[in-house]
Amino acid sequence: MALKPVTFSADPGDQSWYEASARARLAGLLDAESFQEFIGPEQRMMSPHLPLFDLPRAFDDGMIVGRGRLDGQAVLAAAQEGRFMGGAFGEIHGAKLVGLLRAALAEAPAALLILFDTGGVRLQEANAGETAIAEVMRAIAQVRAAGIPVIGLIGGRAGCYGGGGLIAGTCSRLVVSESGRISVSGPEVIETNKGAEEFDSRDRALVWRTMGGKHRRLLGGADAFVGDTIGAFRDAALTQIAKAPAFDLATLEAEQARLEARLARFGDCHDATEVWGRLGVNDPDAVPGMTTEAFDALLARLPEAPHDAR
Amino acid sequence: MTLAEILTSLFPDGHEVGVADGLVAGHGPFDGKSLAVIGIDGNTPLGIEGACTLAGHVLAVVRAGGDTPILVVVDSDSQRMSRRDELLGLNEYLAHLAKALLLADASGHPTVGLVYGHTAAGAFIATALATRVLAALPGAHPSVMDLPSVARVTKLPLDKLEAMAKTTSVFAPGLDNMVKAGAVHAVLDPETPLGPQIAALIAGIAPDDVRDTLGRDRAGRPQAHAIAARVMREAHGG
Repeated sequence: MALKPVTFSADPGDQSWYEASARARLAGLLDAESFQEFIGPEQRMMSPHLPLFDLPRAFDDGMIVGRGRLDGQAVLAAAQEGRFMGGAFGEIHGAKLVGLLRAALAEAPAALLILFDTGGVRLQEANAGETAIAEVMRAIAQVRAAGIPVIGLIGGRAGCYGGGGLIAGTCSRLVVSESGRISVSGPEVIETNKGAEEFDSRDRALVWRTMGGKHRRLLGGADAFVGDTIGAFRDAALTQIAKAPAFDLATLEAEQARLEARLARFGDCHDATEVWGRLGVNDPDAVPGMTTEAFDALLARLPEAPHDAR
Repeated sequence: MTLAEILTSLFPDGHEVGVADGLVAGHGPFDGKSLAVIGIDGNTPLGIEGACTLAGHVLAVVRAGGDTPILVVVDSDSQRMSRRDELLGLNEYLAHLAKALLLADASGHPTVGLVYGHTAAGAFIATALATRVLAALPGAHPSVMDLPSVARVTKLPLDKLEAMAKTTSVFAPGLDNMVKAGAVHAVLDPETPLGPQIAALIAGIAPDDVRDTLGRDRAGRPQAHAIAARVMREAHGG
């Protein structure tokens, strides 16, 4: 992946999304000074379970939720801190997102944004995390059914794995950067369970082209591909809010058709480059090295845009 | 109970539920109308094809209209762990199945899960945990991850984890611990007919997601409900 060179710009929009903390992402994504956190770190609502494992805790449990404005529109937003426990879902972490989604039903924001950065369930609180993910998915369905777009933004160091990948698949729209890896079983999990012949987790190029943002965008698993800046995520989030599909039978039947067609068309592919070739990419091997501009140009000239019903 | 025993108990007058490649689908007469059944049998891992097939069955029930309830019977492995499944977007397929079940429930088709064997991780979330009310039979073994795998990932010794699992429900695999977390609403009695027990669950379905209050009351998730409620209060004030 191509990381942005160090920038000396003071504009938060120019900062790297990948390198930024969850709080810095929120601060730069939303209108200046507009973010107001719920259950802030000063309240010290920390995991009741991690001390049993002699593990350090975080005052926010790695999940920051609150309200703010995006280009003047009232939104609710949640951000996972991938540097704490890999952004994994524990009891408090998950419950804050559940509460935010339930709040959306009452507060009717213009959108709810989820800044994913997660390895999935926090195993030290596995049952709480797993159940919270199920609660989050039910709540997202309700929020979407109420006509409120739920937009996922993915480009952090922990990626979006495990149950996080399922939540992402439940959102109305997804914005990814190249580092935005989305998958259920992570590379190490597949290798541990099925062997390095099935997936060599040390082959980083394989990881990026199997799970990374470019592949997800080409396949239709994400709706917008952006460069690694907070400003690019902000612009794309605004665009995607306006394109959010309804949560109804028509949308899910369109998704069913889209996913069935994908199986029929790419089911025998072994590598992402084969998928890209069948999509009409002339030089699949060049895709991983493409700049954002070149990749945008490639998307624009593909014979068919991926169907994006979700 | 085996799947055959479950179906016989549910549908004493016969049914049209079949199993192919570990996937369960069909329907039977129930409570004066029809009960749709989908699921996974035989500790089968859930991959992209299986999730797609099951979601198609669920959407067909929604398309047909009415208020036919959907029973999701589960004895699965975890999600299928493979390069190919991830290459083709397993997260989308599993989420699609969960969304189909959530849509069905919201469209007037009560969804009931029944775990009668194993289930884990992403397969658990996409099936049983996506139903409105989740039941289990004694002997079922839902989990997030088995303890040897937890030991590998957390770098904790297995014997220490096994000892902790006896007293700490929040991370330990197994039915009792999932009941305490509020993920499983009820454990059914295999000695009495299942039909009336399932019908009672459907009749008692709460409009809201009650899993975090169950988790609080059963002491498996002491804080989740209070935290979610606090976020809602802070969002509403100020």
